Amino acid sequence: MSTNYKIIKAEFLNADTFKLTVQSEKISQKARPGQMVHIKCGDEGGVLLRRPISICSVDREKGTFDIVIQIRGKGTKILSKYRAGDMIDILGPLGQGFSIYPKHKKIIVIGGGIGIFPLLQLLKDHPAENKKAILGFRNKSCVILEEEFRKECNELLISTDDGSYGEKGFVTDILKKELDKEPADMLFFCGPLPMMKLGVGIANEYNIPCEVSMEQRMGCGIGACLTCVCKTKNGDDWEYTQVCKRGPVFSGDKVIFE
Amino acid sequence: MRGNINLKVNIGGLELKNPVIAASGCFGFGREYSRFFDLNRLGGIAVKGLTLLPRKGNPPPRIAETPSGILNSVGLQNPGVHAFIEKEIPFLRKFDTSIIVNASGSTVEEYEKMVEILSDADVDAIELNLSCPNVKEGCLSFGSSPHRVREVVSRVKKYAKKPLIVKLSPNVTDIAEIAKAAEEAGADSVSLINTILGMAINAKTRRPILGNVTGGLSGPAIKPVALRMVYEVSKAVSIPVIGMGGITNGTDAVEFFLAGATAVMIGTAGFANPMVWVETIEVIEAYMAENSVNSVTDLIGGLIV
Repeated sequence: MSTNYKIIKAEFLNADTFKLTVQSEKISQKARPGQMVHIKCGDEGGVLLRRPISICSVDREKGTFDIVIQIRGKGTKILSKYRAGDMIDILGPLGQGFSIYPKHKKIIVIGGGIGIFPLLQLLKDHPAENKKAILGFRNKSCVILEEEFRKECNELLISTDDGSYGEKGFVTDILKKELDKEPADMLFFCGPLPMMKLGVGIANEYNIPCEVSMEQRMGCGIGACLTCVCKTKNGDDWEYTQVCKRGPVFSGDKVIFE
Repeated sequence: MRGNINLKVNIGGLELKNPVIAASGCFGFGREYSRFFDLNRLGGIAVKGLTLLPRKGNPPPRIAETPSGILNSVGLQNPGVHAFIEKEIPFLRKFDTSIIVNASGSTVEEYEKMVEILSDADVDAIELNLSCPNVKEGCLSFGSSPHRVREVVSRVKKYAKKPLIVKLSPNVTDIAEIAKAAEEAGADSVSLINTILGMAINAKTRRPILGNVTGGLSGPAIKPVALRMVYEVSKAVSIPVIGMGGITNGTDAVEFFLAGATAVMIGTAGFANPMVWVETIEVIEAYMAENSVNSVTDLIGGLIV
């Protein structure tokens, strides 16, 4: 059921990225890391579709959850105008989240750009003793949630494409170096498709299980309309699978990257 | 239901308890939306378009937002008619709502076979899809000339043991001519409009947004076109017309009744509002109560010109 929830805090994290803290007992209790919400943008400007947004973190005690959104088009522009006290129409939590196996002692989360957000709650909830995060951004001004991530993991490595902050280069290069130093039990990727494709390749090379969080233009958000599909393996064959219902998180060896 | 308000309609032998139907392609096989509301509330469900064999569908992206509308190019991804009969009918039959099966083919023989199979299945009506714009072979090509519509409808009619609805494309010069051909060939009713062919381009990347390049436009953007076509078709034929295209609320639905529709289908609006079907029924009832209309059939074609 879509419901109107109250926004209790709205703040910009940088020039085009903002965080909304929403009051919802239901979503904060039910949501698992990697799941998403489907948000109605409002009636202005003929924007019909909801926007699928990953849940960044939840506060189960306060009954709130955070979403972080980058302004990319009309819909997200409308969402950026919401302020504390406003009501927002949200459907969720939706989809399949990340798999948490208690036997995993060492995990690495690898995020790129706006793909880092769902990894924060994963780090919070995962019981592993050794949790590492490798986050990549375009440049220094794009680096966000650094302190939040640092608090939830044993080691945080940041890279930027232009070297203006952290290490210069791609997260996948850093991942390889880290794995050469010490193996991991599981890898979690969320970010641009080329990054995740490379990441799954590295996971295979080092024989480590991994999961990826997929993104696609979405319609209903509940699995009915078959618009938000990605290509997945199906035995010896392949099929198009709904990202909203059977994802957004998939096992890395399930997705066919093209 | 309020007092003595009568929402029942008959669409060429298909009895519906109310005139609000979930449109094909937007509602899957009902399972997902059954989490949101009681499917017993619906007049009918037009299930996701089926073909004889399973279809993988078109490459993504399959959806693009446009002003007051969306483009889709799903390309009839479906598990095939046999899987539907085996796995989905038992679920749908748990509800007191009519099952309308949307059927497509790439040859006349496939359409015949589909209608033959579905006539022996536990469904209430067959909606012959002669208008999907997103598949290369068949479908729309059957629906775009009166001659071909007459051919395919008259040939499948021989196998039809259920009410036959012919779903019409707006991507034609004269939709009333097509509707007349369908009627003459034995259609029990027509449903319109399917989506309008369109496309969306990303100027920055110089690429189409949809994986299939073109897609079908739906949503409020097409409502005026749909109303005009329902109006023209309902004047041209004597079989019932099911109206659709951009309906987002009960007032929109009433407008379609006034233009000549006996029932309405709603699809795209459910993406933003999963309760739209139920809310539409409630607003129709309220409109009837306010305007002292006892039977929804009294609204059909009631446009004052």
